[in-house]
Amino acid sequence: MKKISGWGNYPLVDAEVNRFDTERELIKLLASDSKTIARGNARSYGDSAIGHNVISSLSHNRMLHFDTNNGVLKCEAGVLFSEILDVIVPKGWFLPVTPGTKFITVGGAIASDVHGKNHHGEGSFSIYLDEFEIACADGSIKTCSRTDEHELFEATCGGMGLTGVILNATFRLKKIESAYIAQKQIKAKNLDEIVELFDEYKSATYSMAWIDCLKGGKSFGRSILICGEHANLEELSESQKRAPLNLKPKKKLNVPFNFPAIALNPLSIKAFNALYYAKNYKRVMEGVIPYEPFFYPLDAINNWNRMYGKNGFVQYQFVLPKEGGKEGLVKILNKIRSKGMGSFLAVLKAFGEQNDLIAFPMEGLTLALDFPVRKGLFEFLNELDAVVLEYGGRIYLTKDARMDARTLAQSYPNFSKWKAIVEKYNPNFKFASTQSDRLNITS
Amino acid sequence: MNDKKVLILGATSDVGKALAQVYAEQQFQLVLAARNVKDLEPIKSDLEIRNEAKVEIAEFEATDYSSHPAFIDKVGIPDICICVFGYLGDQTEAENNWDEAKSIMSINYIGAASILEEVAKKMIDKKTGTIVGISSVAGERGRQSNYFYGSSKAGFTAYLSGLRNRLFHKGIHVLTVKPGFIDTKMTAGMDLPKPLTASPLQVAKAIAKAARKKKNTIYVLSMWRLIMYIIKTIPEGIFKKLKL
Repeated sequence: MKKISGWGNYPLVDAEVNRFDTERELIKLLASDSKTIARGNARSYGDSAIGHNVISSLSHNRMLHFDTNNGVLKCEAGVLFSEILDVIVPKGWFLPVTPGTKFITVGGAIASDVHGKNHHGEGSFSIYLDEFEIACADGSIKTCSRTDEHELFEATCGGMGLTGVILNATFRLKKIESAYIAQKQIKAKNLDEIVELFDEYKSATYSMAWIDCLKGGKSFGRSILICGEHANLEELSESQKRAPLNLKPKKKLNVPFNFPAIALNPLSIKAFNALYYAKNYKRVMEGVIPYEPFFYPLDAINNWNRMYGKNGFVQYQFVLPKEGGKEGLVKILNKIRSKGMGSFLAVLKAFGEQNDLIAFPMEGLTLALDFPVRKGLFEFLNELDAVVLEYGGRIYLTKDARMDARTLAQSYPNFSKWKAIVEKYNPNFKFASTQSDRLNITS
Repeated sequence: MNDKKVLILGATSDVGKALAQVYAEQQFQLVLAARNVKDLEPIKSDLEIRNEAKVEIAEFEATDYSSHPAFIDKVGIPDICICVFGYLGDQTEAENNWDEAKSIMSINYIGAASILEEVAKKMIDKKTGTIVGISSVAGERGRQSNYFYGSSKAGFTAYLSGLRNRLFHKGIHVLTVKPGFIDTKMTAGMDLPKPLTASPLQVAKAIAKAARKKKNTIYVLSMWRLIMYIIKTIPEGIFKKLKL
């Protein structure tokens, strides 16, 4: 038994962790009576990949086939995005969709149906997924695509591991000329401006904004919009042109221990936000930078989650529909400001349309906020849930550690349809996580 | 591409896989051998994709001793041969079922000695080569909790030291590796003490380095040298009373 958690270090549970290398070993593990859930690299924030018994996919991590001409990769579920990038970028390919960390597994990417900075134009990961194999509760292995076992395919994308254990997947990559991103940053003085900017820059391939949650008055919602395009060869500097697809390895920083709870307080967050906003001394700044700091700025710091102290933190990510969403966002930002519950890192992004049965994204604005776990936080987040519900929004399960079952059922329109498919393939709730039990999906 | 060839016996184990990765990164040609050749296929494709490595796979059965000469003829003489396979078995089961005890002993000792004798013969003809045997700290003193495994590894350790002595005069090097705890799928459920537990990759890197530097015996984490020294010096009169 050992203690495991998600990336937020909250909650912690005692768990039996089993790894499998081959399909045969997985089937043997599934034959036991205990309820279990697949676990990849544990980068989901809350309790979706934890339980008293988990099956780690990390040893099932071979790349099986790479069609370098057409950009199609088949690999086992435990392969990390970081490992994929190491292989595909030098060959002129990139991930079709990537979240803000590359330390996730392919299995996790499917189970969370991850989205990235290109969701508004290119959708989530499942769009690029041709096929996967999954081991179901009865020990059978099914090959799923949009045409074969399509019901199971749809319920598995974003299905939080509740349909089975993904064995391998085949997906399409994106052609690139260089490992660099032509980046443009535009400052927005307030919330109105940033919402307009998202609209103005909707043709940008990648976009997201950093937002200051603690600033009031005229500068309420001040932000920096960050857009990017894969740089073509002409855009590179002479030194970048020498090896356009190869980046030099960078040294990583590390957070060696849990920070004391006091380290992040309204004052330090305000100071950080002011500095962050001021570092862009011009309204518009452009540059060509390696893909790593563009997509994965926090991956440069090992164990950054320790910054929030030993009690852990919760990432609260919600989306509000385009219609009326801004009003809801104002309400939520005001609540955060008045409570002084400022979030160190707040990311705002415009989503495109929903592309899957149980997908989190919908057309509108999404905001992600980090809150250290402390007294009063959960009551406060319940208040935010009420606003999210009132405006027709929903909360991202991959980040969640505390929402209630009613909120989930009310906010995901296809919830009962999805649940029925889960029950069909997972009839006795062989697959259950701390999260799915908490949300009455499997209890 | 390096024209040197490394043969890994037991290539589906966690340490075997890590060794393949380390040697692929150093651009060695690889021959991966294991009982279940089907399990080697994804490992082969992975090394080809990640490292553009040249990989052959072959079926190898440790206890089918008579097949060993033909096996070596088939895969060819490697520059480095690493014997990683082993069977931990179940001590209690072995106490009650002789077949289990026999499996532990025949895989870890007889099987390993049988194949390495064949490899040694070929290397002597070639007058060059390196043989690496993965033994165990469990072989340094018999304990009630795993003496079938421990004694088979003790036999293997003694075999390796004898082989080293013999082959030294023929220009062939023999390395004995005694890893302590390794974080593998076999130990995934155990709460092992972190400072004493090496990752498979750590073990593999240590082996590759020690083989290059012609070391004789290594413990992967140096703390184990001290621990085993203490365990070995406890007088038998006291040792027999301990629950180890």
